[in-house]
Amino acid sequence: MNQRSRLSLFVVQILIVSLIAALFGRLFYIQIAAGPKYRDAALSIQSRDVINPATRGLIVDSSGVPLALNKVGLAITLDRITIDKQPDKGAAVMKSLAHLLGLKYADIFQQTRLCGELPKGQKTGCWTGSRYQPIPITKSADPNIALQIVENSDRYPGIDAAPIAIRNYPGIENVNAAHVLGYVGPMTEEDLLGANGNKYFRSESIGKAGLEIQYDKYLRGTPGIRTVIVDRKESVTRVSQNTASVPGDHLVTSLDIRLQASAESALADAVHRARASGYRADSGAAVVMDVQTGRILAIASYPTYDPNAWEKGLTVQQASDLFSEKNAVPALSRPLQGLFAPASTFKSVSVAAAANAGYNLNGSYDCPAEVKVGNRAFQNFESKAQGHISLKKAIAVSCDTVWYQIAFDEWLRDGGLSPKADPKDYFYNAARGFQINVKTGIDLPAESVGRLPDRQWRKNWYLANKDFYCNYSTRAGKSQQTPFLVLLAKENCLDGDKIRAGDAVNFSIGQGDTVITPLKLTQMYAAIANGGTIWQALVGKAIVKTDGTIIKTMMPEKLGTLPATPATLSFLHDALREVVVSGTAAGSFAGFPVPVSGKTGTAEVLGKNPNGSKKDNTSWFASYAPSDKPRYAVVMLVSQGGFGASTSAVGVRKIYETLFGVKGSQVIPGLALFPNGAPPTKLPKISPATKVKKAP
Amino acid sequence: MSSIAERQRFKRASRPSVFAGFDPFLTGAVAILLSMGTMLVYAATRDWYAANHLDPQYYLKRHIINIFIGALLAWGTTVIDYRLLRAYTPILWGIGVIGLIAVLIPGVGSTVNGAKAWIALPGGFQIQPAELAKISIILGISMILAERGHDSDQPTTRDMVQALAVVAVPALLILAQPDMGTLFIISASVVTIIAVSGAPTKWVVGLLLIAVIGGFVASKAGVISEYQVKRLQSFVDPNADTQGSGYQLRQARITVGSGGLIGTGLFNGPQTNGRFVPEQQTDFIFTVAGEELGFLGSGGIILLYLIILLRAFAITRRSNDPFGRLVGTGVIAWFAFQIFENIGMTLGLMPMTGVPLPFLSYGGSSMFANLIGFGLLQNIHAKHR
Repeated sequence: MNQRSRLSLFVVQILIVSLIAALFGRLFYIQIAAGPKYRDAALSIQSRDVINPATRGLIVDSSGVPLALNKVGLAITLDRITIDKQPDKGAAVMKSLAHLLGLKYADIFQQTRLCGELPKGQKTGCWTGSRYQPIPITKSADPNIALQIVENSDRYPGIDAAPIAIRNYPGIENVNAAHVLGYVGPMTEEDLLGANGNKYFRSESIGKAGLEIQYDKYLRGTPGIRTVIVDRKESVTRVSQNTASVPGDHLVTSLDIRLQASAESALADAVHRARASGYRADSGAAVVMDVQTGRILAIASYPTYDPNAWEKGLTVQQASDLFSEKNAVPALSRPLQGLFAPASTFKSVSVAAAANAGYNLNGSYDCPAEVKVGNRAFQNFESKAQGHISLKKAIAVSCDTVWYQIAFDEWLRDGGLSPKADPKDYFYNAARGFQINVKTGIDLPAESVGRLPDRQWRKNWYLANKDFYCNYSTRAGKSQQTPFLVLLAKENCLDGDKIRAGDAVNFSIGQGDTVITPLKLTQMYAAIANGGTIWQALVGKAIVKTDGTIIKTMMPEKLGTLPATPATLSFLHDALREVVVSGTAAGSFAGFPVPVSGKTGTAEVLGKNPNGSKKDNTSWFASYAPSDKPRYAVVMLVSQGGFGASTSAVGVRKIYETLFGVKGSQVIPGLALFPNGAPPTKLPKISPATKVKKAP
Repeated sequence: MSSIAERQRFKRASRPSVFAGFDPFLTGAVAILLSMGTMLVYAATRDWYAANHLDPQYYLKRHIINIFIGALLAWGTTVIDYRLLRAYTPILWGIGVIGLIAVLIPGVGSTVNGAKAWIALPGGFQIQPAELAKISIILGISMILAERGHDSDQPTTRDMVQALAVVAVPALLILAQPDMGTLFIISASVVTIIAVSGAPTKWVVGLLLIAVIGGFVASKAGVISEYQVKRLQSFVDPNADTQGSGYQLRQARITVGSGGLIGTGLFNGPQTNGRFVPEQQTDFIFTVAGEELGFLGSGGIILLYLIILLRAFAITRRSNDPFGRLVGTGVIAWFAFQIFENIGMTLGLMPMTGVPLPFLSYGGSSMFANLIGFGLLQNIHAKHR
């Protein structure tokens, strides 16, 4: 062998040994260095978890009547893997299915698209689950139709029908309670990734809103898992794990289904009456709270929606309607998410402020038709000129000018436009004491918080908006260049960081930048009624296991005490009673046999409706009863509903009629919802078959 | 091994035995691989066949028969007279070419995995002419480059053209199937043989360039079928195609990786028993070793290959006959590149092509060819020890 060949052979040997070494190194990497990763991957290939979802716990009212239970439904499902393999991506199958089910093809198409597949802004109704699980098109199919699908499976590839446990809101007593109960739905990718710290399985349902999401971890239970080892053809070779499902726990609420139904119908009735009087009355809220505990007995929101719609299969139209402005956003829970100016109902806060500032609550005050503050005249809104009257009467007839004067004097005393270093701020401090800018702490998701437009808020607001107002001519749109708005912008630019006289007097009657939720106002009036304790609002009472063991009792927390002396509270009790006896709510409560105390409110609203018309006034009535021994606080609000007395006070009266068992001007013995004068404290026995107690 | 004592020891040992000249390390390594392969083929097929109500030992039995036939061929190749082998080379080459032509005739050849590579025989047997053509090509080109009709140290241009013609005919026929894996191995072997034959550097470099450009042009011009391109693409991005070849490569890697250090134990691999990797008794046999025998077992297999190759190098180096040296080089290159291509594919280093793993994979044709190749090494060893 010549030298050249020898060298070549040597080079070849080095090359080949390096190749073998490369294989060895790669093998080491795959099996040793990256071994654990590949082991996990292998496990997910070989094993399939068959999830047997747990039966969801019931949600019941305080006497055990079910608000949410489970029903067996018939689901028609679509398997995307099979459908996508069709030459036309399943269009023909979906069309004939739409025809069979009486649905629209577009809806089925939308429902079976993953949310990520759809362009932004057109995701409504999309499937939040995974491509690999059958997507339910409806969960309450007609058995005959399901049979047709199963028998003609060759004509409906990828379509299947199977019994399925569905959440059902039975609507006993025609109760709706959609916003408080919420609904359940499929997992989203975020849920599965453990965004909220919980571990879920893909085929589980999860609470999506209201109590269903708030108490989801109790209601959901633990699904049973059967882990099977499969081969490439997905046939099961063995079972490696099999755990039974643990049913979810029941949730006992403090709601009373009869009172809830009554609050809902009274609210709807108030809205309809307001509309009949020519107001827009686009939305409303009604809340009944136990003033001694803070527990919610009824909480209604208008407009509402069918809580069973999700399980029936939501059409794209239905889903977008839920959030449409035109339909006043039915998805929004007004009692805790709607923010409104409290208007005259706020005067209870002003009474506390005046008392703390040293004003004599039993003195006499002038109630003129209007008060000049600076160069602007502030008029009485709900009442006319009354001359010199007591403060009690000023509350009863809802005189504004009395408060303008007091608020203006206090504003001047704090330094006016050049405020003192340590202003007394009696009004802001009283509002802070009533916790208007603190959440009620209710056990429902996404509660809104009220706004207290005090000095600090004003400064922050100015920082955020200064640029806009100081360059108004260039920043604002053409339609906004009216003389009034230009003037306003000029003022805001000049001293928008300061509390002006107008801000101060508006604040005293609950106008201006102050907004609160109806639930917050209920909490405030409950505190007035019970002698000054601010209780956390609560709907849930207890979590009870299926065998009856109590797992958890939810006790309302004491959040604070009103900034009012017993004398002030006693004055307020008198004054608020006077409102119903001889004041603005006297007409609405004429002949009512149970003493009720309350305050009307009619808030002026700036701005325009979507159709361009001017916004109507917000109608409020905040109350408690019985006046001598307060137990219940009832608040109703109708947005754009006109006057507080005519719209909301009448609605509140209807709720009290149900609560106390009143017919006409008589208390009918045995008709009262709570015969002992208080909601039940004992937990009920829980069964899906519990019936509503009826008066004999 | 030039000491007289050693020579005498070998002579003594070899003369009375039919195993005359068998290199103990080479033979031992091949024997261990054959037994491991038998177990792995059985592990790869028994559960699946049993689950489908077929004879779980179907592949096992056939594999053992293949080894037996292959062993006879190896023995024959070892003991055959060297000069006879050289004389028969043109005939072997002719048989190889005829087989490759036959496989392309519709009705004779059958298509498996996109390549017309098989000829079905009665009794459920199949032969793969390309496997045996490897031997024809190695012998053919070695003969031409070794028996030059001149005394020059280097092959002349005329020698090179002749040699390439000998390669080109079967190579083009394999390209027509198309069986890119075998073509790759043959090309690599041919270039190696030419390099070792003492051919001028320009030939070696030129041929390498032609191979690279040819591969590129073939893929652009559509000579490589869509099926081949897909396989190459899935090598670049294993996640591109979830069901096709990318899926298979991913599964293969997962299966090997899940074995860890010691593996799941023979017959206990869930990936293997679930048959998640296709062709796991043939082209993907290494996944079974990876999963069930772990790094210790599959690393051991690579070490056995290393022993075989190093022994083969020693044998080739010692051979002072040009023909034997070139044949030895050809067999080394064939084994080495086939091992690298197969295990490299399983581990995600090489694109997916359907070549079996020498001595381990199930498959008669490749088993026969490999054992004949082993026999050739032994023959060279026996003649030049």
